[in-house]
Amino acid sequence: MNVKELTLQSAVNRKRLMEIVYNAKAGHIGGDLSSLNVMTALYSDIMNISPAQVKDPNRDRFILSKGHCVEALYTVLESRGFIAPSLTNTSLGHGLSIGVGMAIAAKMDKRNYKTYVLMGDGEQGEGSIYEAAMAGHQYKLDNLVAIIDRNHLQISGNTEDVMALDSIPTRWSAFGWDVKEMNGDDMQSIKDTFANIDYNNGKPHLIVSNTTKGKGISFMENVASWHHGMPNEEQYQQAMVELNQAIEELKSQL
Amino acid sequence: MFACRKSFTDTLLALAKEDKDIVAVTTDARGSVTLGDFAKELPEQFVECGIAEQDAVGIAAGLAHSGKKTFVCGPACFYVARSLEQVKVDLAYSRNPVTILGVSGGVAYGALGTTHHSLHDMAVLRCFPGMSICLPCDGRQTEKLVKLLVDYPQACYVRVGRAAVPDVYADDNFLFEVGKANLLMDGKDLTIIAVGETVYHAQQAGIELAKQGISTRVLDMAWIKPCDKEAVLKAARETGRIITVEEHSKFGGLGAMVCEILSENPVPVRILGIPDEDAIHGTNKEIFHHYGIDTEGIVKSALDFIKR
Repeated sequence: MNVKELTLQSAVNRKRLMEIVYNAKAGHIGGDLSSLNVMTALYSDIMNISPAQVKDPNRDRFILSKGHCVEALYTVLESRGFIAPSLTNTSLGHGLSIGVGMAIAAKMDKRNYKTYVLMGDGEQGEGSIYEAAMAGHQYKLDNLVAIIDRNHLQISGNTEDVMALDSIPTRWSAFGWDVKEMNGDDMQSIKDTFANIDYNNGKPHLIVSNTTKGKGISFMENVASWHHGMPNEEQYQQAMVELNQAIEELKSQL
Repeated sequence: MFACRKSFTDTLLALAKEDKDIVAVTTDARGSVTLGDFAKELPEQFVECGIAEQDAVGIAAGLAHSGKKTFVCGPACFYVARSLEQVKVDLAYSRNPVTILGVSGGVAYGALGTTHHSLHDMAVLRCFPGMSICLPCDGRQTEKLVKLLVDYPQACYVRVGRAAVPDVYADDNFLFEVGKANLLMDGKDLTIIAVGETVYHAQQAGIELAKQGISTRVLDMAWIKPCDKEAVLKAARETGRIITVEEHSKFGGLGAMVCEILSENPVPVRILGIPDEDAIHGTNKEIFHHYGIDTEGIVKSALDFIKR
C-alpha cells in the first residue's frame, strides 16, 4: 500500500475501533489510537503475513506486549480478514522476552522471518524488559524489531512525572541496540523508518515511535484520562463525525 | 544411587542428539543443573540467558511457540518465585508446552537456607490451569519422565533434588503413566502416600512397619497434577488411614490435595511435611530428620497414628 492508502486504512480502522469500544463499554482507547497507525502499517504493508499464511513457518511474527491495546489489534486483524491473534499478552513486560525466543528460534532454523514487538512507554518501567534487551544483544538478533509507542502518557499522568524515560534512545543504544526514531502519527515516516532497517547488521532494532495518545479524536488527544476512558453518547457521536470527515477527506485525496 | 537431575540431563542430551528441535534454556545454572555436557556437545540447541529467570521463561515461551521442544532449567526456588508471572501467563495460561526443570528443590540446598528452599512450589503451581506437576523419586523414573515430556502437550513443572538418591525402582520394568500413582507395596491397615524424594523413605518405612506386623500400602504419587484421585479414594476405602509425606510446606501440597480429594468421604489423614515456620538450617538429611519425613520419622508417626 502507498502512504495515502495506508493513512486511509488507518482512519477506517479508527472508526471501527471507536464502534467496538463504545459498544463493549470497555477498552484502552488512548493507547489504541496512538498505536493504531503502526499496527495498520505492519499488517497492511510491512509484515509478510496474511490470513492464508497463519501456519506458514516463514511468516513474520507480531507480539502486542502492551496487551491492553488488544482491541486496536483486533480491529487491524479484522480489516485484513484474520480470525484471531496467535499470541497476545496482558501482563506488561513479557512480550520482548517472548520475541527474543521467537527470534532465536528463527536463527536456529535458518529462517528469515522477522519478529516485531510493540511495547508501551509506560511499560518501560518493567525490569524484565531490560533482561530481554541484554539477550537480544547477546544473540545478535537483527531479525527482531521492538517498537515503543512513545505517547508520553500512562494511566497516572505524564511518563516523565511517573518514572522518567527521557533517555530511551540513549539507554537502548547502551544495551547494544540499533535505535531509530520516527513520527508514529505519520505513515510516510513509519514506511521510511521500516524500509531503512538493516536486517543483517548483527543488532536488534528499537524504534521509538513518537505518537499522540488519543490520536485522531480532537478531545481525546494528549489527555491522560482517556487511557481507558469511555465516551458517552454525545462524545461518541462527535468522534464519529470527526472520523467520517477524516475518511472522506482522505478518500478524496486518493 | 543416582541424582535425578543428572538422570534428567543425560536422557535429555541423548534425545536431543536425535532431535534438533529439543532445546535447553538456562540461567547461569548449567553447573547446578548438570547441563555442562549438553552445552558443550549441542551449543546450537542451548540457550544461556544469564541470571534472568523472567527472561528465560519468556524466551522458552517464544521458542515453544515456534515449534521447539523446550526445557527451561535452573534452581526450583527461583523459577517458582522470581519468574512466577511468566510461568503463569506465558506458559500455563498460554498452553505453551514448555518443561520447567526445577533442580535442588525442596530443602536440597540445605545450609543455604530459606531463600533457596522451594517449599511452596506445589501449592502455587496447582492453582494454574494448564500446568502439570511431577516430582520423580529416582533416576529410573526421571528417565521415563523426560522421554514422556518431549512431546507433552502443555507446560509441566518437574522438581528434583540435588544429591544422589537411592533407587526406589530396582529395574526399568515398571509402568509410568501421566496422572497415575504407582503402588510400591500393598497393605490393609494404613496407606503412606509420598511424593518426590520422600518416596524412598516411605518405601523403607513400609518395609519396617510390615516387619512390626502393620500391613502397609505405599503409593508413589509422582504426579501432583494431574493426580490419581482414584488411587487416593481406593486407599481410603480399603485401608481407612492415610499418611502423606512431602518435602514441602504442610499447606497446599500433597497432604492438602489428599484431604481435598477425601473431603466428601473423609478418613483420618496425617500430613508430614514442613510446618509453617522458617525451616531449620542444616544438611538435607538433618532437615528431613528434624521434620520427621525420613524413614524413622514416618515409622514413628505411623505407629502413633495406628495406636489412636
